[in-house]
Amino acid sequence: MDILKQIAENLRQGNDKKVLELTKQAIKQKIPSKEILDNGLIAGMNVIGEKFKAHEIFLPDVLLAARAMYAGMDELKPILIKERVPTIGKVVIGTVQGDLHDIGKNLVGIMLKGAGFEVIDLGNDVSPERFIEVAKKENARVIGMSALLTTTMLGMKKVIDLLNKQSLSGEIKTIIGGAPVSEEFAREIGADAYGYDSTSAVECVKKLIKIS
Amino acid sequence: MKKVLERSKEGEILVADGAMGTMLITHLKLGECPESINLTRPEILEEIASLYLNAGADIIQTNTFGASPLKLSLYSLEHKTEEINRNAVLAVRGVVGNHAYISASCGPSGRLLKPYGDTDSEDVYNAFERQIRAVINAGADIICIETMTDLREATLAIKAAKTISPSTPVIATMTFDSTPRGFYTIMGVNIEEAVLGLEMAGADIIGSNCGNGIENMIKIAREFKKYSNLPLIIQPNTGPPKLEDGIPVYQETPEFIAEKAKELVAIGVSIIGGCCGTTPAHTRAIRKMVDSYMLTHQY
Repeated sequence: MDILKQIAENLRQGNDKKVLELTKQAIKQKIPSKEILDNGLIAGMNVIGEKFKAHEIFLPDVLLAARAMYAGMDELKPILIKERVPTIGKVVIGTVQGDLHDIGKNLVGIMLKGAGFEVIDLGNDVSPERFIEVAKKENARVIGMSALLTTTMLGMKKVIDLLNKQSLSGEIKTIIGGAPVSEEFAREIGADAYGYDSTSAVECVKKLIKIS
Repeated sequence: MKKVLERSKEGEILVADGAMGTMLITHLKLGECPESINLTRPEILEEIASLYLNAGADIIQTNTFGASPLKLSLYSLEHKTEEINRNAVLAVRGVVGNHAYISASCGPSGRLLKPYGDTDSEDVYNAFERQIRAVINAGADIICIETMTDLREATLAIKAAKTISPSTPVIATMTFDSTPRGFYTIMGVNIEEAVLGLEMAGADIIGSNCGNGIENMIKIAREFKKYSNLPLIIQPNTGPPKLEDGIPVYQETPEFIAEKAKELVAIGVSIIGGCCGTTPAHTRAIRKMVDSYMLTHQY
């Protein structure tokens, strides 16, 4: 099997040691770093995303695969930076103010990284001002917000209102997700997209960046 | 008061109360720890307990869902673990006396166990042990380990409860998502595995709470019954919330849930209660339905 396919396969199995070893090997073989990324790590995570969406695998499998992805990514990253290989986009994510639940948000972060995005994760309990301040500073094109509580989901609207006030809503797109939110809620508060699950969130972010 | 397990074994259907969290919302500031109320305003807990007692609940839960020290540490309140748990039990006891069972809620630690996450089993066990010891010392009648998605974590909590107080009945419930391949928790546990795992760990009453409205819960109950002979508890929420004038409103009405809950009775569910979005009005409607069932079936 070609080495990139092996990377993807071992990533799917959550074998972080093997992914690291194979990534090192691929780099040694002078395979272009972008190819290792796209056809090895991202290809593997793609399958994970699809299987997770189809409920064929569950959170534990995703977390183990993610760890394998990071093992390879950490090795590859310095080379990607040195060769100035651009990421496909920068996204700021976080759980909104007052909310400390981060499993869903972390999952979206994993899937975004696994699709080749640069992700700035602000953690949980993130104020509207901080979302926007960091997005501006980092030139991020998308802000992704998560909430688990009906009491905190309205914090998403504050971010969107603040973006509008600063006339940034065209430049910085918004996507929301989490158990209590819905497509309808996204429309109501003026979010640009709603991610039903982490896999669709990635699809939505891709679309948002293309149209902006 | 007769033991809760005896009543279930004799075929009585018990009514558990409705939501705590969504009843507390109006009293909480954004980002405030829901259990901090136990320290500062226990009168709110008394009020909620008395509403549910008057609505006819046999089992009243404590406001301790997030009161394990691991969860409280997010608010730097872990050093108050004992006080928070004790106050919650005492507040309910003051209201219900011996007219209802006090069920001490123990929610997930919020941590992922190794190797998926960074937390050792031992730390999770110790956290549950500390919380459960506090509620038992305060006089809780039942330990309710709920909203679990990881069978390993549920097992640790059940074992902690049974180690501290082998005679205190343990309720253990998990939260399932409806998938095209059936019901699974986000950690990948299906109902058959849940039954097996929870029974093996030593739970006395098992079932499901949260995550689903009544219609899915009927399907879940049916599947539980296929695999288990233990008393079954079902606590539906009121469906996904919708926004009305900018405020999240839960959808399923007391009448709707009570009407549908007749099917839970037919399936043989022992305890019917409510989760997020349910109110004393839901409890009252379920009580009425259960009472008229028990009358016609000459319980």
